[in-house]
Amino acid sequence: MLNNQGRPTGAGDSAPAYNRKTFTGNRALQTREALIFEIGRSEVSGIDIDEPEAFTPRLAALARKTPLDLPGLSEPETMRHYVRLSQKNYAIDAGLYPLGSCTMKHNPRLNEKLARLPGFADVHPLQPTSTVQGALELIEVLSGWLMELTGAHAVAMSPKAGAHGELCGMMAIKAALAARGEGSTRKVVLVPDSAHGTNPATAALIGFEVRAIPAREDGTVSAQAVREACGPDVAAIMLTNPNTCGLFEPEVVEIAAAIHEAGGYFYCDGANFNAIVGKVRPVDLGVDAMHINLHKTFSTPHGGGGPGAGPVVLSEALAPFAPAPFLRRAGADLEILTLVEEAGEGAAFGRLTAFHGQMGMFVRALSYMMSHGADGLRQASEDAVLNANYVRVGLGDVMSAPFGDRPCMHEALFDDNWLKDTGITTLDFAKAMIDEGYHPMTMYFPLVVHGAMLIEPTESESRASIDLFIMTLRDLTFSVRRGELERFSGAPYYAPLRRLDETRAARQPILRWTKPAPFVEDEAAQ
Amino acid sequence: MRYLPLTPEDRTSMLRRIGAPDINALFADVPADKLLQELPDLPRRKGELEVERILSAIAARNVAAGSVPFFVGAGAYRHHVPASVDHLIQRSEFLTSYTPYQPEIAQGTLQMLFEFQTQVANLTGMEVANSSMYDGSTGCAEAVLMAHRITRRKKAVLSGGLHPHYAEVVRTLSRMAGDDVMTMAPDVLAGEDMLACIDKTVSCVVVQTPDVFGNLRDLSALAAKCHENGALLIAVFTEAVSLGLIEPPGAMGADIVVGEGQSIGNALNFGGPYVGLFATRQKYVRQMPGRLAGQTIDANFERGFVLTLSTREQHIRREKATSNICTNSGLCALAFSIHMTLLGESGLRTLARVNHANAVKLADMLARVPGVEVLNENFFNEFTIRVKGDASQLVERLAAQRILAGVPVSRLLPRAGLDDLLLIASTETNTDDDRAALVAALSSQLAH
Repeated sequence: MLNNQGRPTGAGDSAPAYNRKTFTGNRALQTREALIFEIGRSEVSGIDIDEPEAFTPRLAALARKTPLDLPGLSEPETMRHYVRLSQKNYAIDAGLYPLGSCTMKHNPRLNEKLARLPGFADVHPLQPTSTVQGALELIEVLSGWLMELTGAHAVAMSPKAGAHGELCGMMAIKAALAARGEGSTRKVVLVPDSAHGTNPATAALIGFEVRAIPAREDGTVSAQAVREACGPDVAAIMLTNPNTCGLFEPEVVEIAAAIHEAGGYFYCDGANFNAIVGKVRPVDLGVDAMHINLHKTFSTPHGGGGPGAGPVVLSEALAPFAPAPFLRRAGADLEILTLVEEAGEGAAFGRLTAFHGQMGMFVRALSYMMSHGADGLRQASEDAVLNANYVRVGLGDVMSAPFGDRPCMHEALFDDNWLKDTGITTLDFAKAMIDEGYHPMTMYFPLVVHGAMLIEPTESESRASIDLFIMTLRDLTFSVRRGELERFSGAPYYAPLRRLDETRAARQPILRWTKPAPFVEDEAAQ
Repeated sequence: MRYLPLTPEDRTSMLRRIGAPDINALFADVPADKLLQELPDLPRRKGELEVERILSAIAARNVAAGSVPFFVGAGAYRHHVPASVDHLIQRSEFLTSYTPYQPEIAQGTLQMLFEFQTQVANLTGMEVANSSMYDGSTGCAEAVLMAHRITRRKKAVLSGGLHPHYAEVVRTLSRMAGDDVMTMAPDVLAGEDMLACIDKTVSCVVVQTPDVFGNLRDLSALAAKCHENGALLIAVFTEAVSLGLIEPPGAMGADIVVGEGQSIGNALNFGGPYVGLFATRQKYVRQMPGRLAGQTIDANFERGFVLTLSTREQHIRREKATSNICTNSGLCALAFSIHMTLLGESGLRTLARVNHANAVKLADMLARVPGVEVLNENFFNEFTIRVKGDASQLVERLAAQRILAGVPVSRLLPRAGLDDLLLIASTETNTDDDRAALVAALSSQLAH
């Protein structure tokens, strides 16, 4: 029996306001955590492994003499260190994560379980192909799903993330142009101002010259502007559709026709594919190459910044130029072909990565697709679009939408016009959202809109969750109008840390831990 | 559908609130003739149980490395990963967050990356490391581009000991970018003369140690010759555990060190996801690709971390960026960092010694098998043997006996006349029984 003698059970009659600093600097569950280099010790290890029996090393004169300086922690200390660190992170599992263009949807745990099956996780990329028929079958089945959903003729599976997929697609275009004898004359890639930064960066990386296409007043690209920019020097257009303003490009078919008439190719940035899965097939619109971010549209976890996966679907025109390795069916068996010339046709352009791509992500994506099925995938896209429009309408009267009342796709874009002359910036507004328990939306992107706020709720949110989100943002806007500056200018107040000084970090970069110099009393006295 | 919280009633009333008669009204910008009327020709939704059944059956068609004596390496290595690593990386806060764009609510990821960068710098003997690349091979290609930016030259020289797939990735990107690449002939015995190739036109020399054939290479003379000629030395590794036992490239004068980090903390995964490690000298940091976490303070003067020097990156610099990389390998970097923290210096040294000891033991056993010649004088945990006949067919015959014997060199270098060479890797996961099984099977196959 518990002894409750003398134990108060109430909250205290007059709990005073209290902001005294604690001894540890911790605030209950919000703890400070030192670096492993400050708490670890080089002689400690969290792994028990026996020294080998005596043997004669065969290291020539190259045995390590340089210190390692790698601290170790026991297993319980390791668990505590990383659990404490994790508690300083926001995550989809913890709340709405409306980061526009990033599609922060639910990551099903079935995917994680299946990706860890030894038959997938414990298989080496260079095992004899007779021992990896299941792995090759999985890639073949996933390829089939991706081709059916996009209308493509082929898919290159090896790209490791979206930007790597862009590189793959633009290399295929370069190879196709070279095969036509126009490799040295067609150097220009048209990129709308609203594009992700990866688009121009990718084009420039492989020697293309970027020509900007301005967006129209309504946030879309006009076929007329593309036609006018086209010439014999144009290799391709890189267009995001649905675009980064959250709009489906209404003239996409005409844009495709214009670039094709001019002898160029249509690269589509597929970052926003989540809006249209099962609704429209990009290759039907005239797209020649498009990467698919499996970590966006198909639910593989974002992992704090990867790993992603960026398979690239290709039209009939570009299919012959896919990179190695290739999968080929020989009767009942599947083979991997690694030599470019073995592809048989066209002029495959080479190799993008050491092995066959992000197998671990392929398993997760296929698990997600099979779970949804064709019907669920379409429903997911419709729900993503519905949720975004619900947010757009719910906030349209208190924030400013740069393109009026036009319906959006899976993300709703606002600008900072409504903050004009309030002294509050998009950044301040975002930081105040943190105090309310939300991850902010994407800020200051796309560049074509001043002080942009791009909100992508995804299909994973319930109506109650979205309603609360809308009410919260409305409350913040009322606060702005009441002139409650301090709610924004100093925010966040309740996060593990207050606003961080990014300028200082860039001016005096400290990019690694270094041992502090020993304290010398004489110097301290000076 | 279990992943979709909206009910049919929600959808109806939300559409009403929006003022749309039906869902397709929201897709009004899609050309009417392109809007799909029918569902895609794909299966319909399935419950967890059914999906698990289907994918488990596919997985069962593969031979898992842990189920057989396993000696396959050549750029990816099977090591034991502690249970706590996989548990920690599956914490929601790490697994389901993204790039730490809002540092106040991403200190977990940012501090982890700062620790990771320090671990990688110390391991490679370099001054500074980034927060990861996709994998070793793409990191290698990016290192070459970085060297071109620094030297303002366009010619890379690739060692014949560089993993052939890495060399191909470099050649592909370089060809597309209009840069020159010279690739040395396959160099099984580490006897190539790279010094003779270095002159004032060369931007960088790319050399791997342990090389793809397992040889350890002293890079000091190469580094000196590179620096005399204003070129950079790029050192590559594919087995990070080796750095626990052998002299790091940073101590031998390398300017950029890139490598594959898979072998610490990460599974084989049939080739991905892996994690590229990328380190360099402080003076070159502004030419580095990829994300960097840096230390700063918050409004209360408390220590914190942010992504920094982003003026190198595509989201700020667009076509003038140092790379197009955005999403990298965050979670694999976390797995690497946790495993490295568990190992610590003492654990890593022991792990590396066990790997080396196992490989030496196996090499000695194989050297006694008639029809086998061990070619390496020195190595870490992988070496090359010459066998009587075709190594590729031999590997297939052994696979039929459920022994995965290694990687035939012809798999990496087809038509190079190296069909009788086999790469054999041995890690701490191999037992005496594994070694005995391989030796017995090889002896019997080669006796015919």
